[in-house]
Parts: sequence; C-alpha cells; structure tokens
Amino acid sequence: MRRQVAFAGILIAVIGVTAHLAGQAPAQPVLRWGGDAAGGAPFVQADSHDLNRLVGFDVDLAALIARELGRRPEFVQITFQSLDQSALRGDFAIGLSGIENTAARRRMVPTSIPYYEFKEVLTVRAADRDRFKTLADLGGRKVATLSGTIAADILGRTAGVIATPYDDDVYPYSDLAIGRVDAVLLDHLLADRAVRREKGLYTHPGAVATSQYVVIVSPKHPGMLDLVNDILRSAMRDGRLEAILRKQPGVWNDDQPKLFQAMTASNATQGETGPRLSWFETTRAFFPKLLKAAWTTLWLSCLAMVGAVVVGIGIAVGRVYGSRSTRLMLTTYVEVMRGTPILLQLFVIYYGIASVITLDAYIAAVLGLGLNYAAYESEIYRSALEAVSTTQLDAARVLGLTEGQVLRLVRAPQALRTALAPMTNDFVALLKDSSLVSVIAVPELAKQTQIFATNMGSWIIPGLMCATLYLAMSLPVAYVARRLEARWKAPTTA
Amino acid sequence: MSTVLQVRGLWLRRGTRDILSGVDFEAARGELLVVMGLSGAGKSTVLRAIAGLEKLDGGEVHINGVELTAGLRTAASAALRRTIGMVFQSHSLFEHMTALDNVCLAQVHVLRLPRAEAVARARALLDQLGVGERADALPRELSGGESQRVAIARSLAMDPSLLLLDEPTASIDPARRNDLGLSLRRLAATGRALVLTSHDGDFVREHATRLVILAEGRIVEVGEPRKVLDSPLHPATRALLQRPAY
Repeated sequence: MRRQVAFAGILIAVIGVTAHLAGQAPAQPVLRWGGDAAGGAPFVQADSHDLNRLVGFDVDLAALIARELGRRPEFVQITFQSLDQSALRGDFAIGLSGIENTAARRRMVPTSIPYYEFKEVLTVRAADRDRFKTLADLGGRKVATLSGTIAADILGRTAGVIATPYDDDVYPYSDLAIGRVDAVLLDHLLADRAVRREKGLYTHPGAVATSQYVVIVSPKHPGMLDLVNDILRSAMRDGRLEAILRKQPGVWNDDQPKLFQAMTASNATQGETGPRLSWFETTRAFFPKLLKAAWTTLWLSCLAMVGAVVVGIGIAVGRVYGSRSTRLMLTTYVEVMRGTPILLQLFVIYYGIASVITLDAYIAAVLGLGLNYAAYESEIYRSALEAVSTTQLDAARVLGLTEGQVLRLVRAPQALRTALAPMTNDFVALLKDSSLVSVIAVPELAKQTQIFATNMGSWIIPGLMCATLYLAMSLPVAYVARRLEARWKAPTTA
Repeated sequence: MSTVLQVRGLWLRRGTRDILSGVDFEAARGELLVVMGLSGAGKSTVLRAIAGLEKLDGGEVHINGVELTAGLRTAASAALRRTIGMVFQSHSLFEHMTALDNVCLAQVHVLRLPRAEAVARARALLDQLGVGERADALPRELSGGESQRVAIARSLAMDPSLLLLDEPTASIDPARRNDLGLSLRRLAATGRALVLTSHDGDFVREHATRLVILAEGRIVEVGEPRKVLDSPLHPATRALLQRPAY
C-alpha cells in the first residue's frame, strides 16, 4: 500500500527482480506477487540497509505463502490504485500491499480471508485536537485521505466535509501539518507512522470505522484462492502470522487475536459481497461526479491558458526586444520549463516550496500548468512576431509610430493571426495535460474516471464517458478558432 | 524655390562595403526628383536613409530644418518622420487592416485626430486618388495599382512636405504609368518635394523635373532629365539606357 517516493518502488522492483534472477537457480518455480513498493513501511518498502531488498509484513507474508506453495517469491511492482485491474489481467498470482477488504473489491476480484484488522482514524493538528474531534466537527473543511480507499468512501459519504483524495499517504499528513487541510482520515498504521514523522499532529484514539487487509488473487490462477486461505489459517493457528506482524513495530495489537480466532474457528470466508450495483446504477452514481470533475478540468485549463498567454507574450516580447541579459534569462526559463517534466514542476511548486510558501492545490495547479505552457506559448509568439515582415514595421515607423505603437498596432495583431492555430493546439494539449494535477490532490476528470473505473471494475463505460467529455471541451475550442481564422481572412469594415 | 531636402556627404557602410560614399543633392518644393541607377547602386538605400530607417556613417540630411546626422537615429528620426512620407516598392500596407484603416492609423495614433475626422480625411484622399470605392477592402484584395494608391494616400494623410517613393512605376503596367506621373506632378504642385527611384526612362523623361544618376554609391550625373538621358556623359548612365525598362 501507499506511495512514498513515487519512483523508488519501480526502481527497487527492477533492481530486485534482476538481482533475484542473477542470484538464484531457475529450477524452482516462481510465485509472482504484486504490490506497491512506494507504499512504504510497514507494508512493502525498501530495506534501508540494502535497497535491493524489500521489507514489511506483506513481503514476509508473500514469502510465507510462496514457501508453502513450494515456490520462490518474485515481486511485481504495481501502482496501488491499479492492483485490482492488474490481478484481473493476470500480471501476478497474488497481491498484497495493505489491500483493504471492501465490498466493491470482493465483487470484482477474488479476495482471501482477512489477515489484519485496522482502524480508520482521524488525525488533526495537535492545536486543533479539542476543536476537531469527529468528522462532524469538520463541516466545510478539507479532510485528506488516500484515493481509492475505504476512508475515501467514508469521506465521500460524509455530508459537509470537503473530501480531498491524494495519490499517496505521505503528503496528506505533511499538508495537514502546514495547514492545507484540517484533518486526515486513514488507517491507524499510516497515522501512527505519520505522527512519529511530523511534529504537531494528534490522532484521536477512537475508530471512525474498522476494516481488514486481504490478499487478492488473480482469477487466472484457479484454485489459488483456497490454497491462500488455507495457508493464512494455518499461519494464524501456529503463530507464524503473529511472528510476522510482531516484526514490525506498532503493528501487533489486541484486535488481531480476535480476528484470527474468528477466521480459524468458523470456516469464515472473505465476507458478504453486498448488493451488486448494475452498470447503469454505477454510471448514474458517478455521472454527476464526472461532470463536476470535467468542470474542474475546464476552468483550471482556461485559467492556466490565460496565464500562459499573458506570461508567454511577456517572454516573447522580452526575447524579441530585450537586452542581451534579458534575452539570456528568458531563454533559460523557456529551456528549463520545456526541458523538464511538468510533473516534476508541479511537485516542486506544490510540495517543494511548501516550507517557503504554502499554495492552495488549485492555485498551484493553475500556476504549474500556466508557467509550463507559458514557455511553449512564448515560442509561438516569438516566431509569429519575427514572421511579420520588416517592411511592415518600417512602414509603420515612417508614419511616425513609436516602437511601442508599432508592436501594439501593427506587429502584434498580425502575429496573433499567425499564432492562433498553434495556440488552439496548445489549449487542447493543456486540457489533456491538466490530468497531471491529480498528483497534487486536485480531483480532475481523468482521476475521477479512474476512480469510477475501479468501482465499476471495467474501463469501457468510464473510458468512453471520459473521452466524450474531453472531446466536448476541446472540439468547441477548435470550432471557435476556425471561425476566428475565417473572420480574419474575410474583409472587415472600419 | 525653397529647399525642402538637403543631403550632404551621405555615407553608409555595411560590414566592409560602402553602400553610399558621399551623396549630395537637394530637392525643392514643387520638384519631382528621380534617382536612377543600376540595381545595387544604392537608390533604395538613399530613400531609406533620408527616412531615418538606416544608421548613417557620415554626412547629414536636412529636411525643413530637422537634421539627421551620423550616430543620431531614433530621436532625430522621430521628428524627421513627421515631415516625411514614404511609399515602399512593396507598398507594405498593414495586412490586417482595411484600406481605410491603413490611412487612418497614423492620423489617430500619431496626429491624435478624432477618429471621425481621420476617417473623413482618409475617404477624401482615397477618392482623390481614385480608390474611394476600395476603402473597405483588405490589402490582399487590392491590385498592385490600387494598393500603391492606398499607400500614397496613407503617406499623404500625414501631410508630409517630402514624399519618397521607391520604384513606383514597377508595380503598374505601362499604360497606367502616365496616370501615375500626372498624379505625382499634381502632388508636387501642391507644394511638396517628391523624390523617387525608377528604372523607367520614358516615365522620367515625361514627368521628372530633375534626374540624379547613382552608380556604386556616388552621384555621377545630375541635370534636366531629357538632357541627361539623351546625351549621357557617364558610362553608368549609358549602361542604364541599354537595359530594358521593366
């Protein structure tokens, strides 16, 4: 579970697998198990002494299951939010990564009996511990969580609070500490770790809800589910599971023996799947959310584009008319913004400079997209300005216009006509690139579609609806641009 | 005759090449002075230098008391441009504006005339030049001759005492050159000085009041047009006459 440093996991997975292949005889069959190494302790994380090794109770449990099956465990790195879909595709046989036992998941993918019980707990700034005791105290306030979790569902159902889903489990707490959100609702294991890491946070002891972690099993491996359940029960009875959980500090508690007893006493299975919603009901439930997310995408993109155009014009004019040092500075800006990933820029603006200036997520999103696109816009305007023939400019100068007037009345209007088509292109590209802002907890259309698809267990309807909404936003832009171009070509009256 | 334009020792160097090497001439009110020369002789450069579009390396230009010298460009040229109009060979009408707006632009933004007055003056000028009915057309919808007349109207809107025209005969067919010549003579008669470049000997014979021959950045002959062209003294003038006018 849970992403800590997004890229580290993939790196570890690649190195780990390579090291495994190099170090072991290929004779023993492998058990491919999926998890997200970016999730961190105590689930799956890189060993601080040996980055090629993974540690965590999910790692130990996967090893135990593999051993019982007479196989060698082989780790497959999968993004936390994609684990269910990956299991369905058959990318791995079993998945462990602090995966929650939810009805929606049970409907979609085979899940084992629970092996750990946890509490959903509310963490607030220590100064607010008496003010914000329950979710009911947080009306109109932002409460952060990890997207695609039970906690996110609870927040989504709680009227009044502004649910703020993140893609990872570290930034909700750091944003809580600096005041971007007022509370975090997540698993107590994550909350405990966060409170140790961040100063000034307090976790209320009461549970908002309880749930369990389960192993998901790929339907491409028939019979595997029963084997996993048997192994879990036997490990619960003989203390091996307890030993694994006790290895990680703060994980073992009194709730676990009760869970073990319940799971081993009866022939209990994974639990009820609950009433299954038809695709129509799911779609009806998600459609308003998609529309809202599309609206976010639209206004975010429009604001970012306005910013990009204004800054882009400034840069272009500076590069055409400025002094040598101005030109050098602006060229550097353009090359840096174009030469580094926009994702990195968003992280820097939102998290990187948070200790200096704490920007609201939406403002950071508009700034990040706007400043990045300004670099591209400026190149369009610069070449458009330079495409206006020098005799046009000379003609204007001879008429007595000042350089400022020449730019404003003659050069810029003609350049704008050249720039319109590439600008339209850029706006459509920006509309789509705006999906990247979900990394800084802005719930836009692509992210909402992903949540929709996870709930539905299929990408077909969510994918089609998402594509339709993006097209509905981009096609009118192209239409207006074509109309403008046509109008500028036609004769006009003074 | 009062002198409008005085050019003294005009010198222009680009890289290691001397484009103009000491050009002297004058133009008075009512005069229609033509500068002729082979391609590359520096004709257009002389006009651009007078209009303040080129940095001078030596010499000076006086126009109605305003002086332009080497090393001085922007400040002096701003004042200078108020008294000069220039019609480029390509006409260089502002492509995003109608003919009428081309003529109004500087009246509104330089002379600060109210828009209505600027429009009235522009329409009168376009009518006078025979393109009144093309006022609402965009430059790319105009023929070569029409856009030339709009460009002349645009310059005249600033009421310049000196009008420079670069190759005005090049963009119109021979049959209409006489009309152009008559129009230009009428303009000169209103008290302006006209300086133009041309390749067309017949046109020059018919309409110019004085002819200057330029060769390799120097003036090699000056005089009454028919006299200069009928009995050329300098090899450059003779070479010029052997070329077909285009």
